[in-house]
Amino acid sequence: MLRLPENFESFPEARKSGFMKMKAHKDNGGKIVGTYCSFIPTELIMAAGAIPVTLCATSEEPIAAAQEHLPSNLCPLIKASYGFALTDTCPYFYFSDFIVGETTCDGKKKMFELMNDIKNTYVMQLPSSRDEVALTMWEAEIKKFWKKLEDFYGVTITEEDVKKAILQKNAERDLVLEYLDLGKLNPSPISGYELGTKLDTLSFIPSMEERCKQLRERIDEVKADWEANYKGKVSRKPRILITGCPNGGVRDKTIKVLEELGADVVAFDTCNSNREKIEKVDTTLPVTEALAKKYLNINCSVMSPNTNRLKFISDMIDDYQVDGVLEIILQACHTFSIESYNVKKSILAKGIPYLKVETDYSKADAGQINTRLEAFLETIAV
Amino acid sequence: MDCKYYIGIDIGSTASKVVVTDNEFLLDSFCMPTGWNSKETAKAIIQKLKEKGFSEDMACAATGYGRICVDYADKNITEITCHGKGAYALFKVNGTVIDIGGQDTKIITLEEGMVKDFLMNDKCAAGTGKFIEVMANRLGCDFGELYALAYSGDALSISSMCTVFAESEVISYIGSGEKRENIAAGVIDSVANKVISLAKKHGIKGEVMLTGGLSFTPYFVELMSKKLDKKIHTHPLGRYAGAIGAALSLRPKQSNPIVFD
Repeated sequence: MLRLPENFESFPEARKSGFMKMKAHKDNGGKIVGTYCSFIPTELIMAAGAIPVTLCATSEEPIAAAQEHLPSNLCPLIKASYGFALTDTCPYFYFSDFIVGETTCDGKKKMFELMNDIKNTYVMQLPSSRDEVALTMWEAEIKKFWKKLEDFYGVTITEEDVKKAILQKNAERDLVLEYLDLGKLNPSPISGYELGTKLDTLSFIPSMEERCKQLRERIDEVKADWEANYKGKVSRKPRILITGCPNGGVRDKTIKVLEELGADVVAFDTCNSNREKIEKVDTTLPVTEALAKKYLNINCSVMSPNTNRLKFISDMIDDYQVDGVLEIILQACHTFSIESYNVKKSILAKGIPYLKVETDYSKADAGQINTRLEAFLETIAV
Repeated sequence: MDCKYYIGIDIGSTASKVVVTDNEFLLDSFCMPTGWNSKETAKAIIQKLKEKGFSEDMACAATGYGRICVDYADKNITEITCHGKGAYALFKVNGTVIDIGGQDTKIITLEEGMVKDFLMNDKCAAGTGKFIEVMANRLGCDFGELYALAYSGDALSISSMCTVFAESEVISYIGSGEKRENIAAGVIDSVANKVISLAKKHGIKGEVMLTGGLSFTPYFVELMSKKLDKKIHTHPLGRYAGAIGAALSLRPKQSNPIVFD
């Protein structure tokens, strides 16, 4: 069954409590830059003395309003991002001095054009390959963003500022990875629902120190609990890896249901977890080159080709002792949806059961998804 | 579980199917409309089982979308696992099970008698029994008449992937004076195409087995077989595959297989 700590903060709760902290930060003259995607080199935002915050994009509420401007057969994440901006219901969007978008997929890059009419939206041009030409271009984009931050805030960002931010972010990445590594413990002592929710809500806490403190405390608590109550015991619960699109908006009808049905969600190949955290920024290279390399290597399906992701998932299956893979596709996310053909092939070739669920933020298909997940677990004999 | 009677109940969106076995034989099977209240249906079923004398020393497993309404069930299993198990018991081959239900169409890969992988239709009703029901209503006939009409018609193309839009395609055919039998043939053809495209997307391996209500319509089976260029196995108990799988899941492991022929 789903295990949650007593002080567990749900996503809406964390969003609400983070709001007050963010307001205090802003009232004290603090700077905030809003982002939507893990491709954005937040080190530069930090080096400019601002706080990067991930904006609201995972709720169904603002989608109806968004559809007054956007087509309905678009990914719910894009519609919700825009809808929150349009209806001015995301406090973090409201507090942001400006927004940084990115040309990850077609839907997003065109949506950002419309968003710019609501608030200053700067778009980073992300290339979709990883060759030398792409790397040169992406490094130039990073330099351009550096300049944008300097011009916008009227500050000078020194190489030392960026280096300092890189070290801080690398340390935070290591800590998040240590947190995610709790999933490697067998039997699993922590719910995947908690892991994912925590990672999604971290950016609502403006202070990095506070974020790291919370993670450290929880890691130590869970490890102690494992030593005392789980170690050496045998679990018959199937261990599931989640891959695919960002799942914050569908976590309740997928991950939560899986755990209520008796599975342990132990690993995530998703943008809020291992996919972005695994590779650190190389501190031996010149800073813009190092940032360009790190971010271009994120295994998102918008990259072409993206075969690294298959190897990455395969390694995670081994490291986290995974019994089954659930791929979550958000409706109309073409890149993940197409890539899922090869993901499925490579996972089945490894002899691991795989299920793909394509869904949006509505509750309309909760019953059908429930049946699929239950049947999926029935096919996994542990 | 060691009992005298093993009862499998499959509460589908349209019909509820029940089978009773003992340790050797299939003793009984019956079917009733699910109606609007699955709880009432579950009650009606236990009533009927009592009348037939199967309620003493029984174990019961429920499946189908209304399975949670069977509050007297000892076990609750999804229709996918049950259909796989049931189909294997009926056909005794591995391969691909296609089950066309009232609101779901399932494609199940069976390996060593177990469900290896499966795919279900999306939220949409196209390619399910519901689609045929809607179109039969529109053409003012029942299922049987629709098949009879379709048999003598030349299929018109109905290409929309959405039942509601497909219905408007049908309406425009009616409006332009197309023959009813050609429209009926188009409806059946469209269901077959949608089911086949789902099956191909999933991948068809080994023998193809068809279960669910449509497996009793020779015209439909023949059409599917022609389109797939493959023999399609059907069974007189095909619509009970889910209920059979549920009943079998209750029997002690290592039990002798039940004879269904």
